Amino acid sequence: MDQRGGFTRAGIMRGLRAALAITLGLSPFGLVVGMTSDGVGLSLAETLLMSGLVFAGTAQLVALQLWSDPAPVLAATLACLVINLRLAPMGAALAPVLDRTRGLRLWGTLAVLVDNSFALAIAEMRAGRRDAGFLLGASLGMWVNWMAMCAVGHVFGAALQLPAGHPLFFASTAAVLALLVQLWRGRSDLHPWLVAGAAALMVQGTGLGAPWPVLAGACAGAGYGAWRDRRRPA
Amino acid sequence: MTLRWDVLAAILGMALATYLCRAGGYAVLRVTRPPPFVQAMLQHLPGCIFVAFLVPAFARAGWPAIAAGAVVLLVQARLGRLALSILAGVGTLWLLRLAVPG
Repeated sequence: MDQRGGFTRAGIMRGLRAALAITLGLSPFGLVVGMTSDGVGLSLAETLLMSGLVFAGTAQLVALQLWSDPAPVLAATLACLVINLRLAPMGAALAPVLDRTRGLRLWGTLAVLVDNSFALAIAEMRAGRRDAGFLLGASLGMWVNWMAMCAVGHVFGAALQLPAGHPLFFASTAAVLALLVQLWRGRSDLHPWLVAGAAALMVQGTGLGAPWPVLAGACAGAGYGAWRDRRRPA
Repeated sequence: MTLRWDVLAAILGMALATYLCRAGGYAVLRVTRPPPFVQAMLQHLPGCIFVAFLVPAFARAGWPAIAAGAVVLLVQARLGRLALSILAGVGTLWLLRLAVPG
């Protein structure tokens, strides 16, 4: 397989710039995690170590909500395992890009994979650019922002006094929604997406929490799409 | 700047579990060639994951958030600028909250 262009510096820079474009969408989430972490009594060092190594906002928030003294090692680990299961199919879907790299570049790039960088990388891949450097650059840009915002949230959280429903926190959801537009390939996406949304709503309606609505919806929608494509090749 | 051992253990557990999720899906794919149906699923998965994440979130959030979400979709589809779309969404929600308190 041609390895050229599989992981370039130019790709990393393009990824960093792409991450910069959604800084506003990423920042509020980091603030919340920093504030919550301060609230349960973690030090700044502990907060940054957790955010730097785990780098998964929803899982961190859930783990922090069930924090206790001494720290809940098993519960926090299980929370991360369950909530971050959604990242596993993301790595698999990026195989055409990742297959072109090896070793530390490959497994290191996967170590910082997050939802937003995944969406940007899929859009890149579909545009015909298969540079894993882009994925690493986008993820690293988000990581730096994440660390900075977690620190700000931890240090100034008490002074900021942003209530949970503040419109600023809508920015994270808005970012994911805007990224979804980039993933739209045309009308053939409509029905799989409707199935995904309906299945997720149904599972949420049964009272199951994260990550089950997301996983069930994603599997139902993608499964329907695959079934349809194989019946009637596009 | 304190770092307690129990906290460190919890953080390392969380980090390990998360890395298994991040690398695991691709690692499995690397050693076993998946059947064509799974490969076709992976083509559809990206959009479906985000839809399945967003729909329940908006269902919980209520109509001002849904209206703000519609603005995000519109601005992004028309202008294709992520930062602008996010700003438009936050601004819309902020105005709606001002106009309709509670």
